[in-house]
Amino acid sequence: MNWFGIGAIYRFEMARMRRTLFQSIVAPVISTSLYFIVFGAAIGSRITEIDGVSYGSFIVPGLIMLSLLTESISNASFGIYFPRFSGTIYEVLSAPVSVVEIVLGYVGAAATKSIIIGGIILITANLFVDISVAHPIWMALFLLLTAVSFSLFGFILGVWADNWEKLAIVPTLIVTPLTFLGGSFYSISMLPEFWQKVTLFNPVVYLISGFRWSFYENADVAVGLSLAMTLAFLLVCLIAVSWIFKTGYRLRT
Amino acid sequence: MSANGSVIQVNGLSKVYADGFEALKNVNLDITEGEIFALLGPNGAGKTTLINIICGIVNGSSGSVTIDGHDIVDGFRATRSLIGLVPQELTTETFESVWATVSFSRGLFGKPPDPGHLERVLKSLSLWDKKDNIIMTLSGGMKRRVLIAKALAHEPRILFLDEPTAGVDVELRQDMWAVVRDLRDSGVTIILTTHYIEEAEQIADRIGVINHGEIILVQDKDQLMRELGKKQLILDLDEPLDEFPQQLASYNLKFGAGPKEIIYSYDTQAKHTGITALLSELGSAGIRFHDVRTTQSSLEDIFVNLVKKIQ
Repeated sequence: MNWFGIGAIYRFEMARMRRTLFQSIVAPVISTSLYFIVFGAAIGSRITEIDGVSYGSFIVPGLIMLSLLTESISNASFGIYFPRFSGTIYEVLSAPVSVVEIVLGYVGAAATKSIIIGGIILITANLFVDISVAHPIWMALFLLLTAVSFSLFGFILGVWADNWEKLAIVPTLIVTPLTFLGGSFYSISMLPEFWQKVTLFNPVVYLISGFRWSFYENADVAVGLSLAMTLAFLLVCLIAVSWIFKTGYRLRT
Repeated sequence: MSANGSVIQVNGLSKVYADGFEALKNVNLDITEGEIFALLGPNGAGKTTLINIICGIVNGSSGSVTIDGHDIVDGFRATRSLIGLVPQELTTETFESVWATVSFSRGLFGKPPDPGHLERVLKSLSLWDKKDNIIMTLSGGMKRRVLIAKALAHEPRILFLDEPTAGVDVELRQDMWAVVRDLRDSGVTIILTTHYIEEAEQIADRIGVINHGEIILVQDKDQLMRELGKKQLILDLDEPLDEFPQQLASYNLKFGAGPKEIIYSYDTQAKHTGITALLSELGSAGIRFHDVRTTQSSLEDIFVNLVKKIQ
């Protein structure tokens, strides 16, 4: 393994977060606070509890997932797209680093950044509502798996995109709506029966459900199924990334 | 290194891009360890594609490349760690400092940190006082130096310079070639492409010419200059000449700038150049001249003639 190579990519990517530290920390704190003001105060005054958990506390795992997904995708996609756009990708492609090492560097850094932001949101949320974590190890596992899976997805997106519009279109038009409709701010049991079934086709439901279970032991779907779906998504992304490097798709063509 | 001293062996390499453009056609090339090899060719000839395949940036369509005995696909770790590449485009990081970007390059190529080596590289390229500067604040010439520093950060044994002096001022070009000569003296093999053919003429040991994706010539530079270079004798006449007398027909004389200048081309390798006989014949024909000078064709002339001939 080229550990120095992995470290170089990882540190390089993390340096971008350090350069924009204010924006990286302040933005999630402000957006979380706004969600609490808008959803917590406005909706929370009408829905006091869901499954025995106060509404404000109930939305915390969904809020973390919302940021985790968008940050993982945007960090990883930008991380690989920008060198392609600027041409500096030549150095990574000509370096003695394997596919696994490149992915560990880029995806590791993107996942780290989104987990840090998830932690910041958790701390911020704790200022507004009481939060209890029933299964901290499961919470950490879901957090890690989701961050890694969606960072891989973002990496694929960054390789696929050949302009800035494409880079933004998937997170904006697909991921964010799926997250909002995946039970971030409500339990899917509150939906009419038909929409409950439709919602099960949304992969984000399984992520949020499993993650919320680790907090409050309440889940829309069985936790084992949540874990299986998360692992399945991770596997699909891993297969796609290995195909990209095997064929050189958009990188070595 | 192979038994014949080649550090790079390109065998039957072809590249067809997705749009059907055939950038390389069955290229065979051996690069000898420790030499400076200049790869010349017009725009779009396939120079950069060839370099990019050898460096691992682009996949070849068929054929193989071995570096120091290792295949570039199966033994990519061994081959790529030997190579440093200075790309044609000014593709530098934007917001990083010079020091951070050269440190990144060294790490990326699997080398442990060595501030002493990086300091030497930056000093040799007159970049040491800029080491904390953000790259976007540097001039184009300075960015070009940064690219060279990045390529040298991991102490490569083979250095590819793809148009390293494009858009660079004379002083920096001279500095760069001084660095290149020092690297060659330290045993680094250098493969360069340049449109400044006079620079290739000065610095290269061997010349390769590529056109339309095919290598049309690979030769020792001095031999090439001797074999394909023309020498010309130019005579300034006292009186203008309407046409050449019949007795001078065998010399294939041509008029130069006007009817008062005649040019005689001769082969420097021939046993007899014919100069003495020509001057004697001119005297017999009553053609008098007041000045004589000689010129020798440059590598650029040879290159242009070669490419024209192929086209």
